[in-house]
Amino acid sequence: MINKFLGFEPDKSKLPSATAKIGADLDLSSHKYQKIWLGPNHPGVTGNMAIELTVEGNTVVNAKTHVGYLHRGFEKLIERRLYVQGFPTSIRMCVAEPDTNEYLIATCTEQLSGYDKAVPEMAKWLRMLSLEMARLQGLLRGVPGQGGTFALGLGVQWGVYLRDLILDRFEELTGARVYHMYIIPGGVRGLLPDGFKERMEDNLMDIDDFIIRIRKLMFHNSVFKTRAKGLARITPEMVDKYGIVGTNARGCGVKRDVRKDEPYLHYDKLDFDPPTDSDGDIYARTWVRWQELIQTVDLIRQIMAKMPAKGDIKAQMPNVLHWQIPKGETYVRLESGRGEYGMYYVTDGTDKPRRVNLRGPSYTHAIALLEDLLVGADVADVHAIMVSLQTCPPEIER
Amino acid sequence: MNEILDKIKQKYSAEDVKVQRTGLAFVTVNKDVALDAVTWLRDYEGYSHFVMMSCVDWIEDGKFQLLYLLHNPVTKTDVGVKTLINRDNPAMTSGHHLWKQVWTYQRELKEAFGIDFPGSPRVDENFVVEGWVDIPHMRRDFNTKEYSEETYFPRPGRETHDPATYMREQLYPNQPVTAKRKDNDK
Amino acid sequence: MSEKDMNYKVSQMLKRSETNVSNAKKSFVRPEDEEREVVAPDGSIMKVNPIYDYFSGKRPEEEKPKNGIVEKFLNWARAESIWVLGFGTGCGSIEIPPLVTPRFDMFRFGVQMRPTPRQSNAFIISGYLSVKTLKRVIRTYEQMPSPKYILALGSCTINGGMYYDSYSTINRLDKYIPVDVYIAGCMPRPEALLAGFMKLKELIKAGKAEKANEYARNFDEYKANQKKIIKDWNMPDYNW
Repeated sequence: MINKFLGFEPDKSKLPSATAKIGADLDLSSHKYQKIWLGPNHPGVTGNMAIELTVEGNTVVNAKTHVGYLHRGFEKLIERRLYVQGFPTSIRMCVAEPDTNEYLIATCTEQLSGYDKAVPEMAKWLRMLSLEMARLQGLLRGVPGQGGTFALGLGVQWGVYLRDLILDRFEELTGARVYHMYIIPGGVRGLLPDGFKERMEDNLMDIDDFIIRIRKLMFHNSVFKTRAKGLARITPEMVDKYGIVGTNARGCGVKRDVRKDEPYLHYDKLDFDPPTDSDGDIYARTWVRWQELIQTVDLIRQIMAKMPAKGDIKAQMPNVLHWQIPKGETYVRLESGRGEYGMYYVTDGTDKPRRVNLRGPSYTHAIALLEDLLVGADVADVHAIMVSLQTCPPEIER
Repeated sequence: MNEILDKIKQKYSAEDVKVQRTGLAFVTVNKDVALDAVTWLRDYEGYSHFVMMSCVDWIEDGKFQLLYLLHNPVTKTDVGVKTLINRDNPAMTSGHHLWKQVWTYQRELKEAFGIDFPGSPRVDENFVVEGWVDIPHMRRDFNTKEYSEETYFPRPGRETHDPATYMREQLYPNQPVTAKRKDNDK
Repeated sequence: MSEKDMNYKVSQMLKRSETNVSNAKKSFVRPEDEEREVVAPDGSIMKVNPIYDYFSGKRPEEEKPKNGIVEKFLNWARAESIWVLGFGTGCGSIEIPPLVTPRFDMFRFGVQMRPTPRQSNAFIISGYLSVKTLKRVIRTYEQMPSPKYILALGSCTINGGMYYDSYSTINRLDKYIPVDVYIAGCMPRPEALLAGFMKLKELIKAGKAEKANEYARNFDEYKANQKKIIKDWNMPDYNW
């Protein structure tokens, strides 16, 4: 970038080999290329994963993602647990937004056993509240985290503090800070405590304030602008080719949001419009996420206003110890903070599932897409590109 | 939705067509035409978003069931194309040329189930487990508890109960057992 | 290099060549790490064995405590500057950001995060450990300068937790590397982590946090346990 001010900028496309993807032809013994491992022991990597970079000078010529450091074999473990035992296990599949796993596994079992119509109204609203709070705490880490990759550490300090306030509300509602186990098959576990809405409103006002300040801090900052603009561009043609979902797709103008396309719960009763941008670079993606932060705060307010005051929170379900689901299969999806998040669930008529397969957005973002976006990027930008795709390794390897 | 299912039935002689709920259907086609059906759905019917690829081990039938789940962003519907392949020496035509992320799924299935996809890039590399020497870990005949007890060091003092029997013993100790239930594997 | 160390290195190399014969079909060594001959810039041919050439094969040594007041002073200094390695090995690492930010600020106790093992003396194992991560944890732990301490977070490091039957995660961490303080919970709250740090400080000040020496003393036992589960052992036995 500094070359711009010096009046000279080399045209990288004309340089040999730096932008060409050579793959297996890279001859490491020529001493032209060097191998650098980014992670797993690296403070900048999003979670415990590694990228094997082959660099030429400062430019990445080849990248390979290595996952499996967080592999616990959930899908195998759930196969040997009862439906209700598999429940607390499965929600630990992704730590960034565990509530989405709760909703998926609860809905899959309800659909296959025919209880999906029996879920009470109140429970559906509370599920939505829990899911939106999870999205909010994810965004409070994600949006300033993108600034953090360009050395704007202050936003991270604010964001993590505000996220903690949301975790406090979660603790009040569910009794746990991170793994809530609130959305259970048939409904939810509890009603709102007294005064919850007022305390939540207090926190939301703090977050409103934060949203305005983070805009000044990040989007009006020349360092952030110079580095994020035009970096790691996703074009609309790439969206279907790579299976890009969520904010990464919306950042380049492809408006896909499961909440709008196939409304689940009561999302059709809420007034919202998923934000989009046209550029598709890191700046646009972060901008979309920042708008989504405003929208999520608004959605939580809407949910708390439209929600009935009281009502049943759990349907009459069969005895969980003897619960058998007939043979069948289903796929349920929802919109998490990172994009479409789905679960393929197969039952075989016994008291345990036959197969559970999670489809996380990072599965495509962090491997196929990231490896291609990194080619030609600077080593210093690798971390920013990873964070901008919101890669989350536990949902890749489960 | 029904039109497309009818077309698949005619074109690829699909069996076992099941509409799970509005906008989600599963069809089973022959192994030889599975990728043709997937390509046709992508190119002519607008099912351009590849959601996931999965595998179910039906060990009692000696089959692996592969699933290609496709989504149409315009009509907002999903079609799952299923196909059955043999459990011994399993192999399937690679579909890595259709979408960019397919080879990742194939690499995972190769490791987890041992299904070979000849020609798929990097299919022989490790995906999640490193230095694995046992049978593929997601197959039904691989017993993870036995493996864990043999390999790692279980801390003594940990008790595990079958929840149904344990609760019955705790809550109704004097009542005779009426319904015979198959116990869980401890 | 002393004769003892040399013998050790040679015996390890022999052992490795034996295992190579038994694992002839499936070699886990990466192509760039294989033993080979290379041509030096001056035209001479030299043999390189990257795995052994780049690291020292020297065994860890036990470090005797200093005399009375000196050791007490050192322990006080160590307890007040616990530098933690920033390596989130599991899901417990999500509770680290609240710790370094103002709400549960851990800087006030002299605890801070460092990006490299060379600068840190405490290692938080944040939750379950898959075998693949355990291999990296061992290497990282051995690169840390002594005295070093390990805090193990969560039920899954104690007895496997809810992953007790998983084929991928270990059950007891203390069989593979020595653990100073266990912090129970799934997942432990930031307050619990702070309490763990307080406990570690007490131990250090009392001179009881000597687990690095224990690792050196029972080195062979630990190595045997580690090699039992890490089937693709393609690194030196000890590296620093």
